[in-house]
Amino acid sequence: MVAELGLFALILALLLAVAQGTLPLIGAARGDVALMAVGRSAAYGQLFFMALAYAALTYAFVTDDFSIAYVANHSNTLLPTQYKVSGVWGGHEGSLLLWVLILSFWSAAVATFSRSLPREVLARVLGVMGLIAIGFIGFTLFTSSPFERLLPAALEGRDLNPMLQDPGLIIHPPMLYMGYVGFSVAFAFAIAALIGGRLDAAWARWSRPWTAVAWAFLTIGIGLGSWWAYYVLGWGGWWFWDPVENASFMPWLMGTALLHSLAVTEKRGGFKNWTVMLAILTFSLVLLAAFLVRSGVLTSVHAFAVDPDRGLYLLAFMAVVVAGSLTLFAWRAGKVGLGGGFSFVSRESALLTNNVLLAVSGAAVLLGTLYPLFLDAFGLGKISVGPPYFEAVFLPLMLPLLLLLCFGPRLRWKQDSPTEQLWRLRWIFAVSLVFGMIWPLFVGSWSFLAGIGAFLGLWIIGSSLKDLVERLLPRAGSRQTLGTRAGRLGRSYVGMQLAHIGVALAVIGITFVLGYDDERDVRMAVGETVEVGGYGFRLDSLERIQGPNFEADQATVAVYRDGQRMTTLRPQMREYFSQDQPMAHTSLHRGFFRDLYVNMGEPLPGNAWVMRVYYKPYMNWVWAGVILMGLGGFLAATDRRYRVRVRREEDLPDEAGNLGGTSGVQPGGAA
Amino acid sequence: MQPFTPPVPGIRNEVLFATHAVPAVHPCPDGFLEVPKPMKLRFLIPLFAFFALVGVLWVGLSLDPRALPSPLVGKEAPDFDLPQLHQPDARFARADMLGKPALFNVWASWCVTCRQEHPMLSYLRDQGVPVYGLNYKDTRSDALRFLARFGDPYQAIGFDEAGMVGIDYGVYATPETFLIDRDGMIRFKHIGMITPEIIENKILPLYRQLEAES
Repeated sequence: MVAELGLFALILALLLAVAQGTLPLIGAARGDVALMAVGRSAAYGQLFFMALAYAALTYAFVTDDFSIAYVANHSNTLLPTQYKVSGVWGGHEGSLLLWVLILSFWSAAVATFSRSLPREVLARVLGVMGLIAIGFIGFTLFTSSPFERLLPAALEGRDLNPMLQDPGLIIHPPMLYMGYVGFSVAFAFAIAALIGGRLDAAWARWSRPWTAVAWAFLTIGIGLGSWWAYYVLGWGGWWFWDPVENASFMPWLMGTALLHSLAVTEKRGGFKNWTVMLAILTFSLVLLAAFLVRSGVLTSVHAFAVDPDRGLYLLAFMAVVVAGSLTLFAWRAGKVGLGGGFSFVSRESALLTNNVLLAVSGAAVLLGTLYPLFLDAFGLGKISVGPPYFEAVFLPLMLPLLLLLCFGPRLRWKQDSPTEQLWRLRWIFAVSLVFGMIWPLFVGSWSFLAGIGAFLGLWIIGSSLKDLVERLLPRAGSRQTLGTRAGRLGRSYVGMQLAHIGVALAVIGITFVLGYDDERDVRMAVGETVEVGGYGFRLDSLERIQGPNFEADQATVAVYRDGQRMTTLRPQMREYFSQDQPMAHTSLHRGFFRDLYVNMGEPLPGNAWVMRVYYKPYMNWVWAGVILMGLGGFLAATDRRYRVRVRREEDLPDEAGNLGGTSGVQPGGAA
Repeated sequence: MQPFTPPVPGIRNEVLFATHAVPAVHPCPDGFLEVPKPMKLRFLIPLFAFFALVGVLWVGLSLDPRALPSPLVGKEAPDFDLPQLHQPDARFARADMLGKPALFNVWASWCVTCRQEHPMLSYLRDQGVPVYGLNYKDTRSDALRFLARFGDPYQAIGFDEAGMVGIDYGVYATPETFLIDRDGMIRFKHIGMITPEIIENKILPLYRQLEAES
């Protein structure tokens, strides 16, 4: 009964999406207010029925309704309740339902928070989102319904893949999808602007907070995925350049470019075509990601089951959406002005370089990801493209980007003096160069990569902090207190600096962990000690333990540093009752400067095991960096100027520093 | 093509300036104020590039990314001589499969996929295909229990406890299946479970062809 209710709700959501995707667009074209107003109600209705469908599936999971095929395949009576709830998105059909639910959520969010938008713009944005919803709800209904019945019902479910039974996996997909689907809002704004012919600064400002929020979610989502891979897969790796990882990374790179390009469009009216193109490309890459993950064209550890029908549907949907938007772009782009001119050294050119580098990195990742497919499609053989390619192509592109990151936020719009800016940063440059080169010596032997990483990281942090301090310290002759100046910084500006410092932390962490991690695969009998990264690991005991839906061998490993007992790690080798293969469960000790990590391999005769012991320096810096980037994105999205009504534009304080973001008063003079 | 006209002409300039943060230095006329130009060809480049991508992806859909061409296909099947699974004293060697095309299936009792695949092998045997097995990295008792429970479609099974023959055959995961012609050449290899589609589209047609050759 509950499955039919869910299915019925899904069908109603589709019908509402059809209403949302057509009527407001017709209304906007005809100037019909009543039709335009349908968009908002349809968006709320669609969210209501999607939530109902989703609740129905969750209910079926929690009540172990194995007469539903999807539940029988992804749950089990013994599964702990939190994993029954998260198991809803443990497979293709359910995760798609979550995707659509989030899409409806974004539609409703636009309907709620964009009351100040002109009626036509809101109608077009909601209309475009409705069209996207038609595609995805249709995909769910026609090819991947999670409500299919299994007759006769199974007595017991096949269980959720044990790798997915993990707290990280409870939040990773929702975050990731919030990011992916969130870019549909930026896309809808871009298409609405193209339809309306109004590619102006107002459009850029409306889409900026949405883009920032989507980007922040995607950042956190990718970070969580990596964090999960790091300790669940137990290989000590955290980024594998796997096609599915790349699929999420490409929209992130493009979305990052979009975020920066929007700044130019908002503040200077420039890069309009380019910004629209980036919005289209970012969402196209989201669709491509869905296609790559759900069609089975590429092999990956994360890919869902292969089904050519689904692939064909998604490809056709992607072709319609992207070709449609690119045609619209080709039609309208020629009529858009170019915006203000700018000189070679200016914030515009810094942001342009940022965009070019990010776009090229995105293209390089795309090429590497699809290259095996290209060769195969042309019958030229089978290859796989691995980390060596991505590292060789990606790192050289990141170097100039990171160098630029120190200057960009300080440069003035239109024109600036390169020597002046360099001169201002000379001390920071010198100090970070010296400390950056010395720092690696405290971690291990000196390496070029770690030295460069530390230098760039310190330089970015140093120049960000200097900029912050200069803005906070009262200028000569001014009566403003520190408090008022802090209050006037603007969340968008603080968010940007936070995100940039996050990038710096991640760069330091990544280069250090690449350069200095250490791992050992050793036979350990009870009482034996192994030395890794200056830490002693002693296997104290082995015991058999009982979990809710598994049994496990557990090792107790004491960790020593300089003869002092530091902590105890308890890795397990779990045998889930529903699975044939045992699964290792890592035990991890996190620290500010390093992670220690023990994993069980296989049992050996004589009360011994093969143990994998890892030393991961500065790993937490990577996660901290990701969190700061995400926080920065959220903070920037809440900036005051996005909440001010359009019609009251003139009430905005006229001091540019107040507007924050990538605009603002330079320390040396007015903008 | 319709030249593009602004939907609500007239109030443009107020809107334009009101929405810019720094109107004084803003030199940019907005797009819709310019004289409409014909569509430029360069704006179509992204569209064409995208169509090319879709074409390749469409071809990619019909390909199986997991189908790895084996360097062994077209080569002699590696020689081996193993104890039989059922009778440890008797031997099973490569030579025993020659004279007639045959299917050589690598399996193990610990392999779940092999269990799912098992009925396909019985079907192939019923179709007249001689099926031989390589029991890979298994224990004799587990393997025999597996056959007792799910049936035994094999004419003979080599017991490769250490997995050495598996290495010669390039096995990296069970099940793997080879089609060997009467002269001992490997003509087809499949990694993973053989499905009804693979049987109907690949194995049986190729087997009939090889049978006709001999």
